[in-house]
Amino acid sequence: MINIEVNNRQVKSNPGEMILTVLKREGIKVPTLCHLSDLFPTGACRLCVVEVEGVPGLVPSCAFPVRDGMKIKTHSPRAIRARKTIIELLLANHPDDCLYCVRNGNCDLQTLSEELGVRERRYSGKKNEYKVDTSSPSIVRDPAKCILCGKCVRMCEEVQGVSAIDFINRGSKTIIGTVFNEGLNISSCINCGQCIAVCPTGALREKSNIKEVMDALNDPTKFVVIQHAPSVSVTLGEEFGLKMGQDVMGIMTAAMRRLGFKRVFDTSFSADLTIMEEASELVYRIQNGGKLPMMTSCSPGWIKFVEEFYPEFIENLSTCKSPQQMMGAIIKSFYAEKQGIDPKTIYSVAVMPCTAKKFEAERPELSQGGIPDIDAVLTTRELARMIKMRGLDIRNMEPEGADSPFGERSSAGKLFGVSGGVMEAAVRTAYFLITGKEMEDVKVQELRGLEGIKEVHLNIGDLKLGIIATSGLGNARKVIEQIKAGRKDIHFIEVMTCPGGCIAGGGQPYGINMDAVKSRMKALYEIDRDSKNRTSHNNRFIKKLYEEYLEKPLSEKSHHLLHTHYKKRDVLK
Amino acid sequence: MSTVVETILSNHPQAKRDSLIPILQEVQEMEGFISREAIASIGKHLNLPTSKIYGVATFYNQFRFQNVGKYHVMVCRGTACHVKGSAKVLEAVKRELKIEPGTTSRDGLFSLEIVACMGACGLAPVISINGEFHAGVEPDKIKGILNAYRRKESENVK
Repeated sequence: MINIEVNNRQVKSNPGEMILTVLKREGIKVPTLCHLSDLFPTGACRLCVVEVEGVPGLVPSCAFPVRDGMKIKTHSPRAIRARKTIIELLLANHPDDCLYCVRNGNCDLQTLSEELGVRERRYSGKKNEYKVDTSSPSIVRDPAKCILCGKCVRMCEEVQGVSAIDFINRGSKTIIGTVFNEGLNISSCINCGQCIAVCPTGALREKSNIKEVMDALNDPTKFVVIQHAPSVSVTLGEEFGLKMGQDVMGIMTAAMRRLGFKRVFDTSFSADLTIMEEASELVYRIQNGGKLPMMTSCSPGWIKFVEEFYPEFIENLSTCKSPQQMMGAIIKSFYAEKQGIDPKTIYSVAVMPCTAKKFEAERPELSQGGIPDIDAVLTTRELARMIKMRGLDIRNMEPEGADSPFGERSSAGKLFGVSGGVMEAAVRTAYFLITGKEMEDVKVQELRGLEGIKEVHLNIGDLKLGIIATSGLGNARKVIEQIKAGRKDIHFIEVMTCPGGCIAGGGQPYGINMDAVKSRMKALYEIDRDSKNRTSHNNRFIKKLYEEYLEKPLSEKSHHLLHTHYKKRDVLK
Repeated sequence: MSTVVETILSNHPQAKRDSLIPILQEVQEMEGFISREAIASIGKHLNLPTSKIYGVATFYNQFRFQNVGKYHVMVCRGTACHVKGSAKVLEAVKRELKIEPGTTSRDGLFSLEIVACMGACGLAPVISINGEFHAGVEPDKIKGILNAYRRKESENVK
């Protein structure tokens, strides 16, 4: 430990640490626009500059290591003036259209200009004029609002290993774009939206589907139903100032009904269905010499990643559709039949923590006779916007239950929201399928937590099942390279595209706040801990669905409705 | 993959990312420009994402991504030419050809490039078309100069 002095106060710190790390720990807030904890600092934005005694210029605290006896002033007049000037310069060519911007009220640039007291236009430069890229079904890019902090580039390259975007050109002409500056839709972008999660301004946002959904809700000929993903109920509250990780399931259901949705279903139910199919598929593959290791197929960013970067592993992907698509398929078949509704009049909406789900819903193979399984996907943020637009006060709303039959879930299905959760749910059911008995303790501790790669070997009967749960595609790439290099002890791999899983998805409340992610994770595990039924195969409505309609897992009908195939994609990557 | 790019890459076995610029230069020298296919092959060879290669290549003025036109127009933006009003000249060329520097017209006839200095400061502002120098050009002369090449072309066709 070494001693440093911060604002005339003695502070202990570890040698080699960056000043910013120490400041954060000490609760001293120095603003940043380009900083991403866990990644190598770039020092691009210069907002974190501080004064260090004996050093002539201001130093960027994110990239300047502490030294014993160092004396730091974080908010000297000089440092504050420098920060304010930086913001003023950034605003000089910014479109300045906050009132019309999707980030109005939660923009880092806006917040900083307020905090630093920017009250006049000191500099006026040539305003950025770039075309908005609306080519992608998931992500909209508006380079005019970009401040070139580079967080999206680093997220895409260093965390996700996709590198769809990079800096193009030089100097004042620099922009961020794809290879040949073409539309995102034909790039290697996998639509995960992690770039949106870290973007400090409105330069990156989801392709909004609010208007289509509102139009459908106002169309009397449409029967509009909604499903919500497992992680949404533990993040939506944050958009309304509730505490992090609070489960708002009941009031969210009530709010959805008031928005006009005729039925509210829980995607965790179809997650249970996914487990029935996926665990059966795994057991079938193990017992019949099928392609192993099997890899999960719930995360659409990961699927596109495999199609582009590892087409030789397409056969390893489970053929199961994702829970969103399974729910969509059974709503427009089984449910429509049972309720006597023409599937063509059903408008099926899904609320997801995810931008890639928008792309997934548009996949032509995920439809039946020209009718898409899912008509529109909203992110958690868009749902919050709709609730606000409709003037609903979720703090004063009585919780309501979901609609039968697709409202009842086991807590295994709920675990789909967190990295390792699909695997844990699958293991519980696979154990039952192989041994005919229930696991004594359904909790698999090794699969929990925020590590990028979690690995465990479980004894199930005579079988030693090797499993890996990984999140963040950079980590997934490491795992897949191990398999490529000949690793043989692994049977099943769960991959979630976003680091930590859907609770940190690209459609969740803005910003990557690890405290929030941990609280959301904790909330999901608590729901599981307190649940009466913690296994998918004991969900009585799932049993009923098989009895009445699907017969058994992997039946012909299941194959027709709940399974699909993927193919190689050629993109410049 | 074109055999040209293949040959160039085979001359850089086990190359790492620091070989990117020399490889790009060789490809441009042999093929005249950096094609999509070339970027894809280089990416594979160096294990670099194509967006990164494009980012590096666009950082430098020397690389182009379309083949040069039949008539390659170079507009000098060096100091002397600048003082003599080459910015306006460049605007006029862009307007007349309806292309941006570094690109080629759709019919493949003209391409445009900005150069820093041609060493012909006495002739400022100067442009060169396929090595032919046009001295002391003024913006309103541009149309006439380019039309001369267009006429030549249509006569050739006849």
